[in-house]
Amino acid sequence: MTDVLDPPVTSEPRDHAHEEHHGPTGILKWITTTDHKIIGLSYTVTAVIMMVIGGAFAEIIRAQLASPNNTLVSLAQYNELFTMHGSVMIYLFAGPFAFGALANIIVPIQIGAPDMAFPRLNALSYWLYLTGSITMLSGFFVAGGAANFGWVAYAPLSNSINTPGAGADLWIGGLLLTGFSAIFTGVNLCATIFYLRAPGMTMFRMPIFTWNMLVTAILILLAFPVLTAGLIMLYCDRHFGTHIFSVQGGGVPVLWQHIFWFWGHPEVYILALPFFGMITEIIPVFSRKPVFGYKGMVFATMTIGALSLGVWAHHMFTTGVVLLPFFSLMSFLIAVPTGIKMFNWIGTMWRGEIWFSTAMLMAIGFLFTFLVGGITGIYLASPPLDFFTHDTYFVVAHFHSIVMALVLGAMGGLYYWGPKITGYLLNETIGKVQFWFLFIGIQVFTLPDYLLGLRGMPRRVGVYPLHPSWQSLNQLSTVGAIMIGISTIAFMVNIVYSWKKYPAGDNPWDGHTLEWFTTSPPPHHNFYRLPQIRSERPTWDYNHPGHTAAEHGHHPSNDEEVPVA
Amino acid sequence: MSKVFSVEPPALSPQGVSNRTRRWRRVRRIVALPIAALALAGCTVPTFGASPGATTSSQSAYHLWQAFSIGAAIIGTLVVVLILWAVIFHRRTSDRIPKQVQYHIPLEMTYIIIPIVIVLGLFAATLVVENKEVANPKTSVTIDVNAFQWGWKFTYLGENVVVVGQTTQDPEMVIPVNENVHINLTSSDVVHGFYVHAFNFSRYALPGVLNEFTFRAVNTGTFNGQCTQLCGLYHSLMFFRVKVVSQSEYTTWLATNASAGAVRTSQTATNQQTSSIVPTKPAKSEGNN
Repeated sequence: MTDVLDPPVTSEPRDHAHEEHHGPTGILKWITTTDHKIIGLSYTVTAVIMMVIGGAFAEIIRAQLASPNNTLVSLAQYNELFTMHGSVMIYLFAGPFAFGALANIIVPIQIGAPDMAFPRLNALSYWLYLTGSITMLSGFFVAGGAANFGWVAYAPLSNSINTPGAGADLWIGGLLLTGFSAIFTGVNLCATIFYLRAPGMTMFRMPIFTWNMLVTAILILLAFPVLTAGLIMLYCDRHFGTHIFSVQGGGVPVLWQHIFWFWGHPEVYILALPFFGMITEIIPVFSRKPVFGYKGMVFATMTIGALSLGVWAHHMFTTGVVLLPFFSLMSFLIAVPTGIKMFNWIGTMWRGEIWFSTAMLMAIGFLFTFLVGGITGIYLASPPLDFFTHDTYFVVAHFHSIVMALVLGAMGGLYYWGPKITGYLLNETIGKVQFWFLFIGIQVFTLPDYLLGLRGMPRRVGVYPLHPSWQSLNQLSTVGAIMIGISTIAFMVNIVYSWKKYPAGDNPWDGHTLEWFTTSPPPHHNFYRLPQIRSERPTWDYNHPGHTAAEHGHHPSNDEEVPVA
Repeated sequence: MSKVFSVEPPALSPQGVSNRTRRWRRVRRIVALPIAALALAGCTVPTFGASPGATTSSQSAYHLWQAFSIGAAIIGTLVVVLILWAVIFHRRTSDRIPKQVQYHIPLEMTYIIIPIVIVLGLFAATLVVENKEVANPKTSVTIDVNAFQWGWKFTYLGENVVVVGQTTQDPEMVIPVNENVHINLTSSDVVHGFYVHAFNFSRYALPGVLNEFTFRAVNTGTFNGQCTQLCGLYHSLMFFRVKVVSQSEYTTWLATNASAGAVRTSQTATNQQTSSIVPTKPAKSEGNN
């Protein structure tokens, strides 16, 4: 009973081999595919490349800040670097990695679907994303350089007078393309989750990752069109003589901030929810327990999604033109569902049998890092505290704690699901080296930045000539950034070292959800057969009958309370 | 309950004060108690990295900071201990399948309700300090602050004194101590951020918007200020200073400079460190776009 049963799917793939796709092979297959797994893999590779590019920018930024009057890069180049660092990481890595890469691969398999609902639209999403990414980055090769107005592009700094040049237009164009890519993926995820679930897979038997992707997809559909509209307005202001964001023509510059953050704050959760979902898949599997408070988790996710649409102006407390108490209260409240999630994760580990695989270490690292970012976020919900930390390194440190926690989640996701996608495991020893460099690096990088912010160091400054005393903390932060860089190199080394070395088998982690029922990698349409789906853990139920989940104090084996559809 | 807290007789309250306002005052009084207690104990409570503040409202913000930090420390420690406990004591030792507990409704309700109570408390404390900070009491000194790429212009209303400075010459705003100073903040080009670290305060200078705020410095001294919102090429070097002086020094300073008309920061030497990075004349003329 205690052993993992033989993988349920063994001989069948060979019987069905003739059903395999008879399409083109090689590069042509990659270009013409509509298979969600191959598209997802393209997304994964592209997004990880973007992470490396964005990370390289970050290393240059941290190197520049290692001394007060550094001339490693000019102030103009510095503005381009942090703009493109933020843009690449937010628009081209974190979002696409979450809803383009892992969701694309995992969601259809988790719900027992053969593919996404609109496979060709899915392919279009990827190609829009790729062309958008290239468009945005090509700004570095035009006269005047890449966009340099920050990733938030506040009007009127982003108009054609203050930022002339093609780099800014390429930034807008690239963002429009990736924005449409995100919208199409959102449509696709919603349709897939609502209509392609396998028999027995009711909404409340969906794995939390799929739930989170559903809420994410809905948020994408609500938020991204607003950004797209804003970008078109910005482009019209720049080139067609409109004055939507310029005072001279009767426009309102602060309108841009409203539009941007009306997209931008849901975007924070569009980035975060998928990674919360990944963590919620990893922790139960490696603790050998069901998700603690599954339904609470689902409602917490929905609450976060709903509240996230009403908190955008907390990015604008210092503008003096927003209703402070309303946005403050909404921002405070969003801490509650997030706290519920944290306690549910701990509850899942509680009295479990925790296996410290690399994926689980990344998940635990996520908990600590996210805790720091979450608690400092509560400070920022309070306008009087925001007044003196806004646009300082305190805010930079806060959101880097959050996004670096997401990076830990992303790495956890890759170690956890990578074997399912490729059929091969990564080396665990190198993985652990990577984890410790990444985890310690994150803390060494972010914690000094909190102090720098409290000592008054503003964001987006390339030099700090009047405050040489900030140097030591900045250098510490730079050391942290270097450690994170080393962890990324360790990851690359691991991929090369483990290349087709350790066959994974169908279910290497004793997984809970449907993706661990099929082969690694799954066949063309994912499944040859499905188990009975009677809970959110069909594979676990199949492998461990008699160990179904129960409420505290209830013992299903005693009172025969095995749930039936 | 209401009698205990309403000390003022209703007749004394100003005309037109709604029930809502009165209720707010009551809430404020309730919330003010722990804050005041904390303020009294301020010297023994750690700073948690923040600056105690050189103005009255910045001191309130600082005490709010301390209150938040104490809460954060308690909750943060609790969560860290819980995670570490699980990680240390529930590591996998055998192939045993643990009890598959999924729900514990009373426990789950506890960690829904307690956080709600905590954040509502934090919100109430926030409101008290916030109302203090955004209040606009009567002032004797009013300064128009105009931000431009990349410098500041301080116009003393009714005094015929103007201070201008950009990038290599940081302008200095001279203000009297223990006096409410009213700032009218505007921008002539892009969004800038008026930020004085020692005042624990920042506010955007938005084109087309008049932003007003008031502060009251409680210590004399010179405090660094800087633009915090990215405003283009020389954003990193858009400095200014606030010099808080005694009332008599302030009067003398006004008299000296009023006769000279517009002052171009004569009392400030060119900043040697920045001049090595920036050409003396920035590439862009001030505020014409």
